[in-house]
Amino acid sequence: MTRIDRTFQRLRAEGRKGFVSYVMAGDPDFDTSLAIVKGLPAAGVDVIELGLPFTDPMADGPTIQLAGQRALEAGMTLKRTLELARRFREDDDTTPIVLMGYYNPIYSHGVDRFLVDAKVAGIDGLIVVDLPPEEDEELCIPAQKAGLNFIRLATPTTDDRRLPKVLTNTSGFVYYVSITGITGAANAVATDVGPEVARIKAQTDLPVIVGFGIRTPETSRDIARVADGAVVGSAIVDLIGKGKSPDEVLEFVRGLAEGAHSA
Amino acid sequence: MANDLTNSYKTGPDENGRFGIFGGRFVSETLMPLILDLEAEYERAKTDDSFWAEMDFLWKHYVGRPSPLYFAERLTDHLGGAKVYMKRDELNHTGAHKINNVLGQIILARRMGKTRIIAETGAGQHGVATATVCAKFGLKCVVYMGAHDVERQKPNVFRMKLLGAEVIPVTSGRGTLKDAMNDALRDWVTNVRDTFYCIGTVAGPHPYPAMVRDFQSIIGKEAKEQMMEAEGRLPDTIIAAIGGGSNAMGLFFPFLDDKEVRIIGVEAGGKGVNEKMEHCASLTGGRPGVLHGNRTYLLQDADGQILEGFSISAGLDYPGIGPEHSWLHEVGRAEYVAITDAEALEAFKLCCEMEGIIPALEPSHALAHVMKIAPDLPPDHIICMNMCGRGDKDIFTVARALGWDMGQL
Repeated sequence: MTRIDRTFQRLRAEGRKGFVSYVMAGDPDFDTSLAIVKGLPAAGVDVIELGLPFTDPMADGPTIQLAGQRALEAGMTLKRTLELARRFREDDDTTPIVLMGYYNPIYSHGVDRFLVDAKVAGIDGLIVVDLPPEEDEELCIPAQKAGLNFIRLATPTTDDRRLPKVLTNTSGFVYYVSITGITGAANAVATDVGPEVARIKAQTDLPVIVGFGIRTPETSRDIARVADGAVVGSAIVDLIGKGKSPDEVLEFVRGLAEGAHSA
Repeated sequence: MANDLTNSYKTGPDENGRFGIFGGRFVSETLMPLILDLEAEYERAKTDDSFWAEMDFLWKHYVGRPSPLYFAERLTDHLGGAKVYMKRDELNHTGAHKINNVLGQIILARRMGKTRIIAETGAGQHGVATATVCAKFGLKCVVYMGAHDVERQKPNVFRMKLLGAEVIPVTSGRGTLKDAMNDALRDWVTNVRDTFYCIGTVAGPHPYPAMVRDFQSIIGKEAKEQMMEAEGRLPDTIIAAIGGGSNAMGLFFPFLDDKEVRIIGVEAGGKGVNEKMEHCASLTGGRPGVLHGNRTYLLQDADGQILEGFSISAGLDYPGIGPEHSWLHEVGRAEYVAITDAEALEAFKLCCEMEGIIPALEPSHALAHVMKIAPDLPPDHIICMNMCGRGDKDIFTVARALGWDMGQL
């Protein structure tokens, strides 16, 4: 059982919804980013998604693209991203970290070596945007063997025929993408999302968390009501991009988390 | 048996879209159902005579195929060695080979009921071809083009606009073909229901590399027949320029199992294949990685971050290469070399002066390699190079590179 499984077990026992936040590792620089990540659990974050910077984030909107560029310009790499996770783990052994990014930096590092290094750094799960079930042999199956969760995205285009394939070899939770589109673009609408979450939950016992298009405490609450939790990324990353201090960023996160937890 | 499939180089890709370890379907879940639908539609079309009848009709009456196979006599005499033939795909409607593939994809899009076409473009040739065919069929067309390429390929930008396409300059990254492809993929993820992504090269997720290759193979198929007619035998060497590699794959594919034919792909060497990476030679200076839906050779740093290429030719300015080329490189069926900007410019000038043909900067790279090897080959050695595009779009770039002031002519 991973930290992710334990977290959702606890939330379920408490009858609460979860709040997941995304920040790009190393944005705007290593130290500021570490300060923000270290403050997330106290701000109410249940699961931390840590962005792995990549030059060509094809599923991301301008906000996350720019965050990746800032991080890369500040010298961020896969190794430094794992180092950031390790530093976080020095003080926190319970909050799960999901590494989210694209396959090439991992492939370039070498899958076997990456899995060992990620495990040592205290990473609990992976979301790799450009690895659909058709490419499970690449990383998904080796990752599960190594004891890491492999979290898959389900989208509005994942129809009932395809859903079983997406749910196979998935663990930790299912990340439902609320819109067809890129991060930070359209707004999620709870009345659209609710039936979709129900459709997925009919085929799996895993928690279903919804992300993309959630920017306010109110939406965070509305979406969490119809799912097991909500994810916010771009709205937080926007503030980091505007040069807000870690305290200001964390204050905003606290509002979003309270939104989800009030659901 | 002549068609011994176990010894054929033409059986790829496998059912997972792989050529050896290369290729695949590395896309986000939102796009997966779309590329599976496309694959199914393409598989149906491939064996549908009415599909190919429509293609053949349009290739003949709209594109102007077959393109001639032309013996470059003065160039041959000048080089003093091998006989040089040019496959004249620059004479196609819209001025390059790109339209061969666009027609196929747009006919598929129509069969699938899609009403909005998106495309990425580097030099603008694929964008122009897509805008052209969309105009012909009354489809909405949106072309993503790097802002840097918009600057250096202005005539093509204007052509696309005349043809009714919306051209969106892409400012992310360094504003070249790679960034245009990222934004086209972002558009596709957002507009999945009505939009068809018309990819211009033999890259991207399966089935694109195989599908684009099949549509471009008309080049090699014609070249083979025309060479038999002209010389009574196959060429000894075939040569084509490579960015993503669609004109090259189109020429090479029908020859892959003719093992006596030497196959050479020419990558853009930019300022030289050096550690500063001022080039676009993915096979010569890159290593395998995953980008834009496929595994292939890529220009990347030690951390797996993608590097921006460098080339005078916008059409070759791409840090990757089609996965089938990566495979042909690894199994050794084709050889890949690099030509610098300076060498390509020399070939450009020579072709204008010797043959009265203004070539695009892309095939100028192929021609530059012909100039390198032809003098040392015997007179009965036959080279066929792919003149895949005409150079009208490049005259401003060439003028600048040669230090000419267009205002003072």
